[in-house]
Amino acid sequence: MHDTSQAATLPIADDTRDRGGPMQPLLIVEDLKKHFPIGGGFLRKAPSVVRAVDGVSFHVDKGRTLGIVGESGCGKSTTARLLTHLIPPDAGSIVFDGDPVGPYGGITVADLRKQMQMVFQDSYSSLNPRLPIVDSIAFGPKAHGTPTRKARADAEELLGLVGLNPRQFARRYPHQLSGGQRQRVNIARALAMKPRLVVLDEAVSALDKSVEAQVLNLLARLKEQFSLTYIFISHDLNVVQYISDRVLVMYLGEVVEIGDVDDLYSAPSHPYTQALLSSRPSMDPARRRIAPPLTGDPPNPVNPPSGCRFRTRCPLAEPICAARAPELAALPDRPGQSVACHARGVGTGHSLSPAA
Amino acid sequence: MAHATTDTALAGSYGAAAAAAAKTPGYWGGVWRKLRRDPVTVVCMAVVLLIVLAAIFAPFVAPNDPYATSMTRRLKPIGTDGHLLGTDELGRDMLSRLIYGGRISLFTGLTPVFLATLIGGGLGLLAGYFGGLVNTAVMRTMDVFYAFPSVLLAVAISGALGAGLLNVLIALTVVFIPPICRIAESVTTQIRTEDYVDAARATGASTPRIIGTHILPNVLGPVFIYASSLISVSIVVASGLAFLGLGVSPPQADWGLMLNTLRQAIYIAPVNAVVPGVMIFITSMCFNMMSDGLRSAMDVKD
Repeated sequence: MHDTSQAATLPIADDTRDRGGPMQPLLIVEDLKKHFPIGGGFLRKAPSVVRAVDGVSFHVDKGRTLGIVGESGCGKSTTARLLTHLIPPDAGSIVFDGDPVGPYGGITVADLRKQMQMVFQDSYSSLNPRLPIVDSIAFGPKAHGTPTRKARADAEELLGLVGLNPRQFARRYPHQLSGGQRQRVNIARALAMKPRLVVLDEAVSALDKSVEAQVLNLLARLKEQFSLTYIFISHDLNVVQYISDRVLVMYLGEVVEIGDVDDLYSAPSHPYTQALLSSRPSMDPARRRIAPPLTGDPPNPVNPPSGCRFRTRCPLAEPICAARAPELAALPDRPGQSVACHARGVGTGHSLSPAA
Repeated sequence: MAHATTDTALAGSYGAAAAAAAKTPGYWGGVWRKLRRDPVTVVCMAVVLLIVLAAIFAPFVAPNDPYATSMTRRLKPIGTDGHLLGTDELGRDMLSRLIYGGRISLFTGLTPVFLATLIGGGLGLLAGYFGGLVNTAVMRTMDVFYAFPSVLLAVAISGALGAGLLNVLIALTVVFIPPICRIAESVTTQIRTEDYVDAARATGASTPRIIGTHILPNVLGPVFIYASSLISVSIVVASGLAFLGLGVSPPQADWGLMLNTLRQAIYIAPVNAVVPGVMIFITSMCFNMMSDGLRSAMDVKD
C-alpha cells in the first residue's frame, strides 16, 4: 500500500484503455474552482458567493491512491463532485490520461464518466429504495447498451466479488441490508462501469470500525484486481494514512499541503497539517493532549480572510500572511512535498522563511 | 442460508442465482402481490369492479327503464314491490337510475383525475427535475390557478366553455392539474438531491432513463395516492356543476344530479333522498381505501 517505487504502477500498462503510458498521471486537475451563489433568486443577482473550491490543483498517478483530508466544509466533497462533473466547475481544467475534458478537443464529460466512478458517504441515500440491489448495479451498464440479462449476470458476479452472495442478496432492497453491506453494493455499482478511477467520498466514514476495516481491505483487494486508481476523501486521518500513497490537505477550499503519505505524516510542514495530525487521539494516556491544537471554527468561506486563509487560526501568522496569499510550492529539502505557507517558502518575507 | 461467502464457493452459484432472479417479479409485481393480500383492498376492488360492471352493462342489469316516470308511484320507500330501492320524485326506479347514473358519475370521476395526473404529474416531474427557470415557469403558472377556489374555478371554466359533459371534464381537469403538479414537483425536487440520482448521472445514463428508473417510480406513489383521493371530489364537483346546469342535464341519470333533485323531497322521503349520496360515499370510500392499500403496498419496507 505504501510502496512508492515505480514498479507499483507497471501493471497498468496491460490496460488497453491506457493512452498516456505509465508515467502519464491518470488525472491532472488544474485550478479547479466552484463558487456557489447564495441569496440570489429569479432575476435577482446573488449578493454573495461561497468559495467552496477555490483554485485546487493536483494530479493522481496511475495505480495510486490520493487521499484528501480536511475539516468538514473545506470543499472535499465539492471537489469530488466537480471531478465527475456532477456539479459543473466554474473554472479549471481536468486532464484524464492525457486527454483534456471539455467541449474543445480531448474527451467529453460522458467519456470521462465512463472511466471515473464515485462512491458516496451515505450508503442508504445512494441506493434507490425501490430497486433491488442487482438492478441498481446493472443500471449503468444497461444505460450504455449492455443487454439486461448480461448486465444482471455481471452485477451478480460483482456482488460476489464484493463479498455478498448473489443468491442471497441480489433481489434484496437496500433497507434489507446493513450499512456495510450497502456500501459493498455501492462499490460494486461503481465497478460495474469498469472505471479506471474511483472517487471514494467518505466511503467508509459512516461505518463502524470493524466493518470499516473490512471495506478498506476489500477496496485494497479490488484495486489490485482491477488496476484501479483511487481518490480517497475522508476526515479520518488514520484511514487516509492506511490507504493512501499521497495525501492532499485542504483548508477552506484550497490545497495547503500535498505530499507522499509517509513524509507528510512523519514531517507535516504546514501549520494546519501539523495541527490536524496532532489532533489525533493518542494511544498512550501518558502523552495525553490537554490543549486543543486548533481553536475556533474555520472562517466563513463567503468572506475568507485576506492573504493566507489559515492565518486567523495560525500560530505562526505574521503581517505578510494577511497581505499576500501563499503559493503552493515544493519544499526546498523535500521536492515531493508541496506547501502553501509563507513560513516554509523561500524569500517570502516571513521571519521563519528558510534561507535560499 | 449457509454463509458461504468465499469467492470460490460463490463462483458456481451465479448461474443458479440468475435463474432464480428471472423468476422473481419486479417491483410492480411485488406491489400487486401485496395488494392482493390486503383484505380491505380486495373488498374495495371488488365493490368498485361491481359498480363499474353494473354501469357498463346497465341495460342488462337494470330492472326497469330509468326514464319511465309514474305519477302514481312517486317516492315509494325502499323495498317496494318491483322497486328495490324505491322511486324518485317522478316515480322513476331508483335502482335503475343509480345503475345508469354510475356511467356518467364514474366517467366524470375518473377521467379528469386521470388526465390531470398525466399532465400535472408530467409538468411537476419536469419542473422538479430540471429546477431553475423551468421550475419557476411551471410552478408560478400553477400558482395563478391556485389563486381561485377550486369549485369557483370549475364553475368559471365550464361557464365560459358552455354546458356539456366534455366541458365539465375539461374544467375539472384544469382544476386538478395544479395540486397534482405541486405534489409531483415537491417529491421530485426532494428525490433529485438523493445520492442515487447523482450516482445514476455519474454513469452517464441519459436523462429520460434516469427519470424512468430512479425518479418516476419514487414519485408515482405519492402522486397516485393523492390522485385517488381526488376521484371522490371529482364526482361531487361534477354533480355540483350539473346542479348549476353546467354539466349533465335532466333527465339524464347521474348520482350528483339525483342527489340535487331529490333534495326537495328530503322531508317527505329522507331515505330516498340520501340513497344517491350513499352511492357516492361508497364509491369514494372504496377509492380512498384502495389508495391507502396502494400506499402500503408501494412501501418497500413492509
